[in-house]
Amino acid sequence: MIPELGHFALILALLVAVAQGTLPLAGAALDEPRLMQLARPAARAQFLLVATAFACLAASFIGNDFSVLNVASNSNSELPLHYRFAATWGSHEGSLLLWTLMLACWTLAVSVFSRHLPPALLARVIAVMGLVSVGFLAFLLFTSNPFERLVPAAAEGRDLNPLLQDPGMVIHPPMLYMGYVGFSVAFSFAIAALLGGRLDATWARWSRPWTTVAWAFLTIGIALGSGWAYYTLGWGGWWFWDPVENASFMPWLTGTALIHSLAVTEKRGAFKSWTVLLAIVAFSLSLVGTFLVRSGVLTSVHAFATDPARGVFILAFLAIVIGGSLTLFATRAGKVGLGGKFEMVSRESMLLANNVLLVVAMASVLLGTLYPLFLDALNLGKISVGPPYFDAVFYPLMAPALFLMGVGPVARWSKAPVPELWVRLRWTLGVAVVAGLVAPVVMGRWSPLVSLGLFLAFWIFASTAETLRSRLAGSPRRGIAKLTANSGSYYGMLLAHLGLGVFVVGVTLVKGYEIERDVRLEPGESVSVGGYDFRFAGVVPGPGPNYRALTGTVEVRKDGRELKTLKPEKRIYNASGQTMTIAAIDVGLFGDRYVSLGEPVGAGGAEDVGGAWAVRIYIKPFIDWIWAGAFLMAIGGFMAVSDRRYRLAVKRKASALWGEVRGGAPAD
Amino acid sequence: MKPRTRRIGWIVAGLAVLGVAVTLVLNAFRSNLVFFFTPTQVAAHEAPQGRAFRIGGLVEQGSLKREPNSLTVHFRVTDTAKTISVAYTGLLPDLFKEGKGVVAQGTLASDGTFHATEVLAKHDENYMPPAAADAVKQAHEAMSTKTLVTTQAERK
Repeated sequence: MIPELGHFALILALLVAVAQGTLPLAGAALDEPRLMQLARPAARAQFLLVATAFACLAASFIGNDFSVLNVASNSNSELPLHYRFAATWGSHEGSLLLWTLMLACWTLAVSVFSRHLPPALLARVIAVMGLVSVGFLAFLLFTSNPFERLVPAAAEGRDLNPLLQDPGMVIHPPMLYMGYVGFSVAFSFAIAALLGGRLDATWARWSRPWTTVAWAFLTIGIALGSGWAYYTLGWGGWWFWDPVENASFMPWLTGTALIHSLAVTEKRGAFKSWTVLLAIVAFSLSLVGTFLVRSGVLTSVHAFATDPARGVFILAFLAIVIGGSLTLFATRAGKVGLGGKFEMVSRESMLLANNVLLVVAMASVLLGTLYPLFLDALNLGKISVGPPYFDAVFYPLMAPALFLMGVGPVARWSKAPVPELWVRLRWTLGVAVVAGLVAPVVMGRWSPLVSLGLFLAFWIFASTAETLRSRLAGSPRRGIAKLTANSGSYYGMLLAHLGLGVFVVGVTLVKGYEIERDVRLEPGESVSVGGYDFRFAGVVPGPGPNYRALTGTVEVRKDGRELKTLKPEKRIYNASGQTMTIAAIDVGLFGDRYVSLGEPVGAGGAEDVGGAWAVRIYIKPFIDWIWAGAFLMAIGGFMAVSDRRYRLAVKRKASALWGEVRGGAPAD
Repeated sequence: MKPRTRRIGWIVAGLAVLGVAVTLVLNAFRSNLVFFFTPTQVAAHEAPQGRAFRIGGLVEQGSLKREPNSLTVHFRVTDTAKTISVAYTGLLPDLFKEGKGVVAQGTLASDGTFHATEVLAKHDENYMPPAAADAVKQAHEAMSTKTLVTTQAERK
């Protein structure tokens, strides 16, 4: 009964979405207020219906209803409650439903927080989001019904993929999807503006907070995924450049370009067309990313052939959304205008250069991700593009971008005289050069790449400090008022930039000084790695909630002093028989000690768990700075949105500007 | 005159940046492609000597041998028509099992042994490779559809 209720709610949601996607658009085109006013109630109804469907699916998972195919394939009665709930979005169908729910949430948020928007614009924004929702709901209902029944019902479920039975994986997909779907708001604003033919600083001001929030969620989502890979896969890596990661990284790169370009559009009225294009591209890449990961093409391009309905639907949907919006852009962008003028050396030009670098980096990731799929689909051979390609391309592109990041916030808008920049940045440059040269020596070994990485990190730290110093020195206020006079978005920007600096420190030091050793250890045997002694005390079997565990004990010592006892695990899941490696990590501010179990290599073969084992022992200096940096960036994003001017100024400007244009149409 | 020179400056700078980036990307791309070969292709000497490539197939039943007191393992990869001997030193992935699919990256030594630097097993435990009794051709097709981007598949 519950699954049918959910299915029925989805069908109703599709009907509402069709109404939401068409009637307000028609209303905006015909200037018919009654049709436009349908947008907000439709968004509310849509949210309620999709939330009902999602709740029904979650209830089926929690209640172990194995007569639902989706539940039977992705859950198990032994699974702990929180993982049964998380299993709701563990499958293809469930994750698409989560996507649709997120979209409904964002639409609801827009309809609640944007009451002061001009009605035609609001109607168009919500309608465009409704159209996207139509695509997803139709895809769910016609090709990937999450409520499909299994007749006869299974006695027991097949279990959730053990890789996903982890707290990080419970929150990673919702965060990532919040980011992906959040870009649909920027996208819808862009399309609405193109349709309405009006695109100015006010438009940028409206879509900016939405974009920044989406970007912050995406940052958290990617960081969680990377952290999860680090501690559950037992490989000790934090980024593999694999297509699943790239799928989320491309929207992030474009989104980063977009939030900066939106800043220029809001403050200076420049880059308008470019901003609109980025908004379209960011959301298109979010769609591509969702489908790349979810359609199975990554495992095999021929997954399309085994299930042609899904493949054709996905390609058609992408073609309509991306092709349609780019066509609209091509026909309307001319009217948008180029906007403000600026000199060769100015904050605008630096942001533009940063934008270009980010987009080129995104394009290179796109090439490396899609080209192998493309070749395979055309039967031209099989290739793989591994980390060496991405490393060779990405770092040279990002180094100048990081350098410009230090100059941009210090440079003036419109025209930044080079002598003035030099005066303001010479000490910064000095600090960064000295720190970049000296710090690697302190770490024990000098290398040019580490030096360059640390130079860039210190360059960002020092120039951020310089930005704040000169801003405070130039303020006429006294004491604490000096600090509070600046906006939340200003501090958010500083914090996000500092976060990137912290991230760069982490990446540089891990790449430069990590030690990875795979060793064979008999019980009682010790090995010394990177100044630490690791004593392997053997492995003992034990029970877990829905798995059998093999738990190793490794004592970490430094100079004879016991630091920590690590307990790396091998888990063999009951339902699937699948094995999982759980690493044990001694986390530290200046680096981690990381131990994970390989397999038994004793004389007794694979069953001899009490004997010798293959063990991975890694030293990862400063690795946690990578995620700390990412979280600082995200917090910076949220801080920027807390800015009061988005709530106050919007109202005034909106009524002033749009009021006169629309002949004084009431704001709501 | 001034706006025009400025515009030309912009265009030249933009093209220069773009040119450098494109050169960088394509150069890196060309030198880092890793090609994939089946055991049959390797047996027919289609695979390059000295350059890294990938092989894929099933780990032959009963072929896994461990060298005593080291982390070096030897196993054979088969596509049911031909087999290759593989040597690898290091930890094998969790999903590595005899009779299951595997992809290895490495170089071919002159004695015909494949020295793997990386071993990747397939992600999907539920995937049942076609029985060895199936026609060789079918086995080829089935494997070629399953062995592509296993780096990703194994990890996620």
